Amino acid sequence: MTFAVPNIVPAMPEIFILAMACAILILDLFLDDSNRHVGYLLTLATLVGAAVLTVRSFHHTAVYTFNHMFVADTLADVIDLAIYGMTFFVLVYSRRYLRERGMFRGEYFVLALFGVVGMMVMTSATHFLTLYLGLELLSLSQYAMVAFQRDSSLATEAAMKYFVLGALASGMLLYGMSMLYGVTGSLDIGVVRQKIEAMSHGNVVLIFGLVFIVVGLAFKLGAVPFHMWIPDVYQGAPTAVTLYIGTMPKLAVFAMIIRLLVGGLQGLSASWQEMFMIMAVLSMALGNLIAIAQTNIKRMLAYSTISHMGFFLLGIVSAGPAGYGAAMFYMLVYASMSLGGFGMVILLSRAGFEADTLDDFRGLNQRSPWHAFIMLLLMFSMAGVPPTAGFYAKLLVFQAIISAGYVWLAVVGVLLSVVGAFYYLRVIKLMYFDAPVDSSPIRVDADLQLMMGINGLAMIAVTPWVGALVNLCSQAIRSIS
Amino acid sequence: MYSAHALSLAIWLPIVGGVAVLFTGGDGNARWARRLSLLIALAVFAATIPLYAGFDHHTAAMQFVENHRWIPAFNINYHIGIDGISLPLILLTSFTTVIVVIAGWEVIKTRVSQYMAAFLVMEGLMIGVFASMDAILFYVFWEAMLIPMFVIIGIWGGPNRVYATVKFFLYTLLGSVLMLVALLYLYFKGGNSFDIQSFYALKLSMTEQVLIFLAFLMAFAVKVPMWPVHTWLPDAHVEAPTGGSVVLAAIMLKMGAYGFLRFSLPILPDASHELAWLMITLSLVAIIYISLVALVQEDMKKLIAYSSIAHMGFVTLGFFIFNAQGIEGGLVEMISHGFVSGALFLCVGVLYDRMHSRQIRDYGGVASHMPMFASFMMLFVMANVGLPGTSGFVGEFLVILGSFQANGWYAFLAATMLITGAAYTLWLYKRVIFGNVVSDRVAALHDVGVREFSFLALLAVAVLTMGLWPYPFLDVMHSSVNHLLAQVSVSKL
Repeated sequence: MTFAVPNIVPAMPEIFILAMACAILILDLFLDDSNRHVGYLLTLATLVGAAVLTVRSFHHTAVYTFNHMFVADTLADVIDLAIYGMTFFVLVYSRRYLRERGMFRGEYFVLALFGVVGMMVMTSATHFLTLYLGLELLSLSQYAMVAFQRDSSLATEAAMKYFVLGALASGMLLYGMSMLYGVTGSLDIGVVRQKIEAMSHGNVVLIFGLVFIVVGLAFKLGAVPFHMWIPDVYQGAPTAVTLYIGTMPKLAVFAMIIRLLVGGLQGLSASWQEMFMIMAVLSMALGNLIAIAQTNIKRMLAYSTISHMGFFLLGIVSAGPAGYGAAMFYMLVYASMSLGGFGMVILLSRAGFEADTLDDFRGLNQRSPWHAFIMLLLMFSMAGVPPTAGFYAKLLVFQAIISAGYVWLAVVGVLLSVVGAFYYLRVIKLMYFDAPVDSSPIRVDADLQLMMGINGLAMIAVTPWVGALVNLCSQAIRSIS
Repeated sequence: MYSAHALSLAIWLPIVGGVAVLFTGGDGNARWARRLSLLIALAVFAATIPLYAGFDHHTAAMQFVENHRWIPAFNINYHIGIDGISLPLILLTSFTTVIVVIAGWEVIKTRVSQYMAAFLVMEGLMIGVFASMDAILFYVFWEAMLIPMFVIIGIWGGPNRVYATVKFFLYTLLGSVLMLVALLYLYFKGGNSFDIQSFYALKLSMTEQVLIFLAFLMAFAVKVPMWPVHTWLPDAHVEAPTGGSVVLAAIMLKMGAYGFLRFSLPILPDASHELAWLMITLSLVAIIYISLVALVQEDMKKLIAYSSIAHMGFVTLGFFIFNAQGIEGGLVEMISHGFVSGALFLCVGVLYDRMHSRQIRDYGGVASHMPMFASFMMLFVMANVGLPGTSGFVGEFLVILGSFQANGWYAFLAATMLITGAAYTLWLYKRVIFGNVVSDRVAALHDVGVREFSFLALLAVAVLTMGLWPYPFLDVMHSSVNHLLAQVSVSKL
């Protein structure tokens, strides 16, 4: 066996971000508190640089490297680009929030970048080991970010909960992978796929392994009944971190589901389809029903996330390229809605005050019609009312599920989406129909103002380009099969 | 030769204009918001005139068609066009919006730009509903309309507005989502197309037809509204500002009825015949029972709201007896009811602006202080009753004529509304307008001003024109109705 230097070109964006993260970490040592923004700006520049790298080397055909452990293809590129973009938004949204709470520090940006690398590795993994590596890189960064505000007991509790449950989920996933390895004798997802297809049906160990993997994925996704950590962590974490956790990682988990289940375990699709079906119904029902009872908006959005994961899973359940494309579109839309929703919580917060209860949104239309309008668009989008992005996302998953022959699932889904509409409407009701309780002026920096505007208007402005986005998603899905 | 984009113009001009009005900002610029809105509303009305002028009366084919790719992956297109059924409704919409803008001129004092913008955007969406030839496009317009209406009732409505608007939104949303499932099912059944006309040619088994019919029924019955899913309407009407009530009654209710004509009847002819008994029963219940309910109302707006439900019962009755008189009568009734109920709500609005009460018992003897208003209201009340010479007569007469052909009993039961309708409407008029002056506040009333005179006069002209010379309306819809009847008589089994 000879040693050959692997082709590192396909992994260039990952390597670039990693190198920059290390550089920022070192540079931060030489910066005093008045110059922290240098690290911040460098982080943003890193994301832009990585985006340039990815766009310039956009892959229309898959390129494998590192002994078939890593792939650069359309799916990875599209998801990576979405991750850069959203991380950019997240950091801009969080800037003042972090500064006012003493979290505007080099470590924060470095952790955020490490998380990004983790997600990118997840989206590009074609090997159990790479997949797990990426997942842990992301998870560990997130645990640390949740605990970043070390004097807050709420955040520490959330971090503890997140770590224990997250570690358990990772363990499940790893255990499932080990079983698959035992049966097929390989960690390479492509090889596992071939072995499974050659095998006779009803291998008990295989099914066991599958169950553990699905449980692990459902944990990371936050689908019922593995959703317990979501509300506590979302509520307890500093809002800037909630913003981070609630957006890009979901995209990475989507990529992981596609790589693992579609890329590797397509042969067992009849089995995981059923598991996801149950979880989808439970998530939609429980998420939407419990969200109605919430008074804390972060917690409400957490339950709304759970319900959105249910709708997302409908796309996966339909187990076909159209369904995966719909699920991908749903996840992209969901992530941008979530970005806007938590972004608005940040926007209304100020030094020493968290605008995280529903009452803080009372009378927003009188305090600032523009922000109320943006939030209105976001809420209608989450509720799935046309002509917002959320509607098109729901439309596509329902279309996929009906084409797979599950009309009853679509009926359950649309009815539960009506239940969900209630609590989104309540936010709009508070903003538009009630008198404000808090009359302090809303002070917003120009950068946050601009990005928030883009984020909100995108919900409705996407309408003419839905077709192009859907095409992009189906192209990405086609690249892996 | 008319512009190839005449229809798109009618849809997008009010929407873009509405957004522009929003940019006039706070109430400091309310004057400009009002003027700009009126200008846009008039421009849209002017933009819909060529649709009528250039309309070919002799064909049932879609006209002013535009078709562009929108979401090619799922064959969803921006496909619009109009026929003789949708054209009158589009004209009604653009006409009503002008009235609504004038009606809200001085009455709305807070957040004027938002109010006007909401109505203009809604106008574009409603025209979009009537013009859509693609099922998903239709659904997008259909649902998007809920957003401005939700805001209008919620912000400018009466004391119980939040309850009313949430009820309105959830009721209509619940009705619509099942329609979405049905549309998606038709898509897969019919060779991956959302083109409504391609649904017409689809073979469907009886079970499929009945299930899809029920899903559509959920959506359309809530919007019409038919008994027993009508309960959102009195709440929404009572709490909505005058302009909101007018748009609700004059146009939004028509969408449900329009849906029956565009979707249920031609796509599901067998189920329509099979379930006609259900539709006729529900319609007759609405006509008889809801008229009795209207009789005991003490709130003027509620009374007119119930009267609307009863009149819409006439419309749906006309549709499901499957003959030309019935359907044309139903259509004429829709347009006429648009004018008349809108006018009656505006009359209530005129009184409410002066007295801040909608209770019938607070009024009496208005005629002696507002003679001009009393004459206008007399005309609209008579039109609501269906007096010959007014628009209300034409529709009711045609529907009764049509139902007599189907079954004498239908005609008999439907005709009871001529009595009960007269009872509740004229009794309302008598209690409010005639009699002794009940209080000093009534004595202090002043007659309609120029602004109020203008919109009441416009509506009066419309009501009388349609009553005395219905030919232009009937002529436009004739070919399309015959085509529809041909479609509904062919079995798809």
